[in-house]
Amino acid sequence: MKLRSWVLIFIACNLLTFSTISAFRLSRSQPTERISGSAGDVLDDNPVGRLKVFVYELPSKYNKKILQKDPRCLTHMFAAEIYMQRFLLSSPVRTLNPEEADWFYVPVYTTCDLTPNGLPLPFKSPRMMRSAIQLIASNWPYWNRTEGADHFFVVPHDFGACFHYQEEKAIGRGILPLLQRATLVQTFGQRNHVCLKQGSITVPPYAPPQKMQSHLIPGKTPRSIFVYFRGLFYDVGNDPEGGYYARGARAAVWENFKDNPLFDISTEHPTTYYEDMQRAIFCLCPLGWAPWSPRLVEAVIFGCIPVIIADDIVLPFADAIPWEDIGVFVDEKDVPYLDTILTSIPPEVILRKQRLLANPSMKQAMLFPQPAQPGDAFHQVLNGLARKLPHDRSVYLRPGEKLLNWTAGPVADLKPW
Amino acid sequence: MKLLSAFRSSYLNRRGTTFRSLDPSSFDGGFIPKPSPSSIFWLAIHCLCCLISLILGFRFSHLVLFFLFSTSVTNLYTTTAGVSQLLKLKPLEKANVTAKSSRVVVGRHGIRIRPWPHPNPIEVMRAHQLLERVQKEQKSLYGVRSPRAVIAVTPTYVRTFQALHLTGVMHSLMLVPYDVVWIVVEAGGKTNETASFVGKSRLKTVHVGFDQKMPNTWEDRRRVESKMRIQGLRIVREEKLDGIVVFADDSNMHSMELFDEIQNVRWFGALSVGILAHSGNADELSSVLKMNQEGKPIQGPSCDSSGKLVGWHVFNTQPYATKTAVYVDDKAAVMPSKMEWSGFVLNSRLLWKEPVDDRPTWVKDVDNLLDGNEEIEDGPLSMVKDPSMVETLGSCGRNVLLWWLRVEARADSKFPPGWIIKSPLEITVPSKRTPWPDSSSKLPVVTKEAKYNQPATEKRSGKAKRIKEQEQ
Repeated sequence: MKLRSWVLIFIACNLLTFSTISAFRLSRSQPTERISGSAGDVLDDNPVGRLKVFVYELPSKYNKKILQKDPRCLTHMFAAEIYMQRFLLSSPVRTLNPEEADWFYVPVYTTCDLTPNGLPLPFKSPRMMRSAIQLIASNWPYWNRTEGADHFFVVPHDFGACFHYQEEKAIGRGILPLLQRATLVQTFGQRNHVCLKQGSITVPPYAPPQKMQSHLIPGKTPRSIFVYFRGLFYDVGNDPEGGYYARGARAAVWENFKDNPLFDISTEHPTTYYEDMQRAIFCLCPLGWAPWSPRLVEAVIFGCIPVIIADDIVLPFADAIPWEDIGVFVDEKDVPYLDTILTSIPPEVILRKQRLLANPSMKQAMLFPQPAQPGDAFHQVLNGLARKLPHDRSVYLRPGEKLLNWTAGPVADLKPW
Repeated sequence: MKLLSAFRSSYLNRRGTTFRSLDPSSFDGGFIPKPSPSSIFWLAIHCLCCLISLILGFRFSHLVLFFLFSTSVTNLYTTTAGVSQLLKLKPLEKANVTAKSSRVVVGRHGIRIRPWPHPNPIEVMRAHQLLERVQKEQKSLYGVRSPRAVIAVTPTYVRTFQALHLTGVMHSLMLVPYDVVWIVVEAGGKTNETASFVGKSRLKTVHVGFDQKMPNTWEDRRRVESKMRIQGLRIVREEKLDGIVVFADDSNMHSMELFDEIQNVRWFGALSVGILAHSGNADELSSVLKMNQEGKPIQGPSCDSSGKLVGWHVFNTQPYATKTAVYVDDKAAVMPSKMEWSGFVLNSRLLWKEPVDDRPTWVKDVDNLLDGNEEIEDGPLSMVKDPSMVETLGSCGRNVLLWWLRVEARADSKFPPGWIIKSPLEITVPSKRTPWPDSSSKLPVVTKEAKYNQPATEKRSGKAKRIKEQEQ
């Protein structure tokens, strides 16, 4: 009897240990590990049924007409705002009854005024946003009810809702005063920075999923490049001496490692860029004029461990994805010792990071596929919004209470659009 | 520290107009130089250094003065570029307008360069070890789960081109990342020539002789080679070798992907062989190619759209009908047989005497064949009862993994045994054509004459021309 009880305990212990092993093998593909960030194992959550979103019907001059004027907006890295609207219009979380909505979405394309080169000009964006908010405040009662605290906007520009591409000017402007209470879905994220407000949702920049899929190479191609990077080190047009662009970090990478055979870094953009990333172990993702870049998305899709060189950056979906376990963070001051840092990472850690990157839900969470698929970035945004529910009591204003200052900000922004 | 900051500010002062002011309240403000004693002092030092540079003739930087005053000397790397780099060693902190305390500041930062910005060999080695580890993991994930040994059966015999062919096969087999057993069957009995190749390979080898001599016509050769291969299979049966049998003919060329692909075979597989029907005569070949536009030079399985094996694509020998080689040293193109052995691979367990579990029923019992009671006529397909059950490899023959070639020297060609020359070579081109160091001054004259004589000396001018070009 005693023997039998011991045997039972032994079996129970074994079962317990097997159930807590986190790695599991999928049939013939790479073993992956479950990804759980600070908010728990939330990557695979389904937002349908957990929230309701009402999409305002704005006149087409705020969205469709702008897109018609310049269809390049559909393929550049700021295209998330357009695809977000398209997704929400046909999603099951959309509700046509604003009374039951938890969140309100304002579809205004602020990053679609492009120069001939394709870069968005943010100069008219504050006025456009202001005009849109004035419209919804006057036509629907929901804005005034909460002064925007249950509304969300997608502002994928360089510094989010600061609406400027130059960091100093963006800091000077700050977030548009009217958006002080709203939730912002943006690509920019840096801790203790004016342009990232509490409660924003950071998303990855848009990277074309089909294009990346079409450049996949077989998984057995051996990874023979140690560190890979393609991009500018000095922005000769805007910062010829260096020191401003990327806070000198990219220039430091070049000066320290230009003759190092382990570092395949250059400014040339080859046609095999995506294929080369799949043959590399580490891909550098340093900051540029803004700390975020599509390189992070590309690195995750192609299984290359991202080396993030941007102090205090907030990465996409930081509460759902444990970026510390997946990428390598290097302080800007440690850039000259990058080779020492990378070569001293133990091989088990590297293999674990590669396993985490191979997790299909990780790759899916970085993409904006058309049409939307479960677990993609759209769903992660909705999950993020759902995690902020239920709204706090303070969201609803008492009658007559006014918290926003409608005349704050530079005078030029107050002009009608 | 103070010296360094003053030094820095003076250096940056030199850079002039793009410098943003230190005053936090004016962000877009321009630079207004304020004359201060320290800046005048540094200006004076700068003038002094310029004068010294003019006198000395090279750039004398005021860095030297800095190091005279400073006590800490780090590992220096001073070139003219290095000077400016060292000056940029510490970042220039600028005041940030944000209210929150952030360690990240906007503005001009220094470009940090470490004192010796070159690769460290120990780190490079560590990186290579990491690369190897990652690649090993990749191989175990995407490669073959449980790799089986490769048993290569090669019929060969001693002739001029044997060295060429066997070296190719030997190198291919040596590169295979799996265990290899190389069975070499030699017509005319074992010789030292072949044994030397087999020994050099550092693989597990079985070298046996075959009693017959290799005949002179291609037709007869094929028959003898088939018999030799059966002899190889007998050895597999006797030694109970476990693995995948590949018929690696010595003149064929195998790709590395072939050996990875055959790991997928279960019992009997077929793959595509590129047929290189080569003749010594280039004109003939081109005329043949012009005629033969359809039909690819491949022998292999062909599937329907669902991937099922429906038939075989053989090499179209029609265009060569009148011009095929009969004897080994004919100048015409050599034709492959209907079904070359090299296009098939089989699991060695099919050959074992003892019955193996789940041996497929669609393969004939090979004991009869191996015991010498039968003759095999149509190639390896006659070993299967039901050819439609044969497994296809290389995405149903779409990947050509090896090439078939038959090229031999003239029948009367001789070669030194072991390719080792006992006595020195005879002279065919006199050495006064080459620029030896003790050549006489007459040499340029000689070559000029040779230039005029060029049309007459067509054959030998090739080498001479090249030498002339080197001289000029």
